[in-house]
Amino acid sequence: MAVTRVVVDPITRIEGHLRIEAQADAGRITGAWATSTQFRGIETIMQGRDPRDAWAFTQRICGVCTVVHAVASCRAVEDALDIRIPPNANLIRNLVHGMQFIQDHVIHFYHLHALDWVDVVSALSADPAGTARLAQSISPWPNNSATYFGEVKDRLKGFVGTGQLGIFTNGYWGHPAYKLPPEANLMAVAHYLEALDWQRDVIRLHTIFGGKNPHPNFLVGGMASAINLEGRATINAARLSEIHDLIARAGAFVEQVYWPDLLAIAGFYKEWGAIGGGTGNYLAVGEFPESDVRDLDSMYFPRGIVMNRDLTKVWPYEQQLVKEYISSSWYEYSKGDDAGLHPYEGETQAKYTGPATPWTYLQGEKKYSWMKAPRYDGHPMEVGPLARALVAFASGHRDVREMVKEVMDRLNVGPAALFSTLGRTAARGMETVLLARRMSHWYDALVGRIQSGDTRTHNGDKWDPSTWPMKAQGYGFLDAPRGALGHWVQIENQKIARYQCVVPSTWNCSPRDKEGQPGPYEAALMDHHPLVRPDQPLEILRTIHSFDPCMACGVHVLDATGAEVMSVKVQ
Amino acid sequence: MFYPQSHPWSDGESLTGYLERRGINRRDFLAWCAEITAMLGLASAVTPRVAEALVAQKRPSVIWLQLQECTGCVESVLRSEAPTIGDLVLDLVSLDYQHTLMAGAGKQVEDALRAAEEKNHGQYLLVVTGSIPLADNGIYCTVGGRTAKEILLEAGRGAKAVVAIGACAHWGSVQAAKPNPTGAVGVSEVLKDRAVVNIAGCPPIADVVTATIVHYLTFGRLPVTDYDGRPLFAYGARIHDQCNRRANFDAGQFVERFDDDAARRGWCLYHVGCKGPETFSPCPIFLWNDKTSWPIGAGHPCLGCTERHFWDTMTPFYGRLPNVGGFAVERYADTLGAALAIGATAGVAAHAAATGVHQYRERKRNLPVIESPDTEKGEPHGRH
Repeated sequence: MAVTRVVVDPITRIEGHLRIEAQADAGRITGAWATSTQFRGIETIMQGRDPRDAWAFTQRICGVCTVVHAVASCRAVEDALDIRIPPNANLIRNLVHGMQFIQDHVIHFYHLHALDWVDVVSALSADPAGTARLAQSISPWPNNSATYFGEVKDRLKGFVGTGQLGIFTNGYWGHPAYKLPPEANLMAVAHYLEALDWQRDVIRLHTIFGGKNPHPNFLVGGMASAINLEGRATINAARLSEIHDLIARAGAFVEQVYWPDLLAIAGFYKEWGAIGGGTGNYLAVGEFPESDVRDLDSMYFPRGIVMNRDLTKVWPYEQQLVKEYISSSWYEYSKGDDAGLHPYEGETQAKYTGPATPWTYLQGEKKYSWMKAPRYDGHPMEVGPLARALVAFASGHRDVREMVKEVMDRLNVGPAALFSTLGRTAARGMETVLLARRMSHWYDALVGRIQSGDTRTHNGDKWDPSTWPMKAQGYGFLDAPRGALGHWVQIENQKIARYQCVVPSTWNCSPRDKEGQPGPYEAALMDHHPLVRPDQPLEILRTIHSFDPCMACGVHVLDATGAEVMSVKVQ
Repeated sequence: MFYPQSHPWSDGESLTGYLERRGINRRDFLAWCAEITAMLGLASAVTPRVAEALVAQKRPSVIWLQLQECTGCVESVLRSEAPTIGDLVLDLVSLDYQHTLMAGAGKQVEDALRAAEEKNHGQYLLVVTGSIPLADNGIYCTVGGRTAKEILLEAGRGAKAVVAIGACAHWGSVQAAKPNPTGAVGVSEVLKDRAVVNIAGCPPIADVVTATIVHYLTFGRLPVTDYDGRPLFAYGARIHDQCNRRANFDAGQFVERFDDDAARRGWCLYHVGCKGPETFSPCPIFLWNDKTSWPIGAGHPCLGCTERHFWDTMTPFYGRLPNVGGFAVERYADTLGAALAIGATAGVAAHAAATGVHQYRERKRNLPVIESPDTEKGEPHGRH
């Protein structure tokens, strides 16, 4: 059978713009290329700005994980200026970031990933009573009645009956890779719709502390939402009670809908536990400091590195070993295309060398992406939920070990199944359950501190730029829903001189490096990967979506070039 | 309160039969329509017309392009309360092209786009999030191998009306902040020969977006806008005039430092950088996320994100606006607001979709210089 060239552009149900090209032969993928097709070039924009404004600019890198760049930015500036935020502010940031994880992962599962596994058209032939029996067998969720599922089926039937399929037009319905029985498909469709209402509700925690979502407000030195139990426009008892309820509703949906659905659906797709593993190297920078961000031991998810799928050893993360390559990226370096630059020396000089649009194929081009290729000590690294789970597991994290055991037992698979497309999706569910439980811990801690009389939310000692040194630099790390994130800032004369980010999707979606090593998306697609119908690339979507791509984050937008730093010094 | 979410209406079905089949009474339905009508700032007499339009027999086609953006505006629309995103997708419109939600990918969705453009030529509503990078032949944003500009021009040709959602589609937003390396511009800079309604904000409030779409469904045209293409029902008032901390401003009660005693009393944020006096936005009225709160309500100053070029004109964000003093605020703030609006572009004079376009008065551009918050010298903004 001849090799078939495949182009999937756009990859839908992601953040941003991604193109995948592949070669397939006899039902298998033999080559894969990942192309980021958007560049925003904000590199010079940060320069000369007030460092206290940086969170708002960097937050706009991504409106899906709308918390992570803002918090990483605050941490970087606070590190540079040696600002310690009050414990209450740290707890509030954990609550806000925790709810970001929970809401984002549930949206990913139902609205971005589920249609890779769930055949919506098949749900039309489901028996609602059968769906109710299935749902009741896995969860006590109150909506699990035959009447409820019958209504959803009628709604779907009426929708399809109009002949206007909208977002479901040209889906891969009836593809042989869909394995769920109609009753399970109907259950998933019902929860797809329910999750739309749920996410709108629980995210209101962001609105209480940050005024809005997407893009809630943050503040260098703490949080702007003052606490005053006697206040009308502050965090008071009414607001705290609302937060308590939101946490409870988030947890109920995660434990009674998302997690049981994930395990039930995974049970029909166990072969995907041997597909789409990829690089086998995993990096986590750790997240949810429970005392102070400088105290690595207080991180709920630990920092570390696992190499070559070896869970007997956790390596320390040393940030100086990170370098970025552009051998396959549309940029140029002053030291040449094969140089690797640490973020502190980073350069972002765009130079497009690809074919004129409209494109036919990019495979075969030496350079084919706006994404750079970060490497850790020369190795491509996967980041995200699976990396966090594996680093935590290998570190002996009790909660994570229990969750992994639960998954192994329920699905009757061995640990090797973690290193796969299915493993990535399961890891995302596991950490959502753990965080939904941990939220109450942070909430209780916050209420406890308020009870003891501590209502501080902001440290303003170094708010005034006249208290800053002439030169300062620092970094902020944060493990975001999609993986390891780092911001580096250099401040001179009270202004930003250089600002840099290395973000999750740059790691995962990186193109080939100077050694020809593929990035994690590419490696996963070439790891025992099926593609039954090259003109209906359903299997490609499964593996790419298991990473939860966030392309606007991934393009390395915020480096300053050396020349621009010089111009700032001249001012 | 009724939300239309259980069954779509079928061809030829009467309103009465449709409502009965859904097991809801007409009174509840009209109450819901009245809520939408009020949100749009329309007279209550219009409510029956809203109800009638919402049970139209064929859902209008909507093509949603996502260009150079962060997807925050799509996320914002997912938070819409009335109608919900589920209502919108299943019951109110036929969302024929939308990257974030579509089941298919690659060729299948590009085919769907082409089919929707051809089949409903001249009839579909075009919704755009994200800016259009024009530098270097538009290579900085491509979809399906085509540039954002090319895609927008093609979709614009057959659109009955065009809605630009969010600051990027409005004027370029953060990637268009100085020095705008990719040459990012808003929709109206590419579709120059037609009206574009701008739902301003970074991101805008979801309910403003959905209310605009409901307006379109009800009246067959988009709402009346201001000088910058922003619907008057949402952007007709200044934050400062609607703010629930305005009384503190008038009384001279100001937060001087975050988390100080005044902050814990919920006083005015003007001294820590609030841009409410020069920002036209529905935030204090519509509120955010099911009316839970809004930025000033949660203790942070307004960033001014519904105004063009706010990344350059409103920064430093914690810098205090000059000359917004005492009870003379009206005069100053009116001048500031008008100057800001005119600063960006003049391509907004004719909005054919709107029947009563507001004529704006040409005023001399006079962008404010924001004082640095903590230095006595009031160092001017460095990048201008």
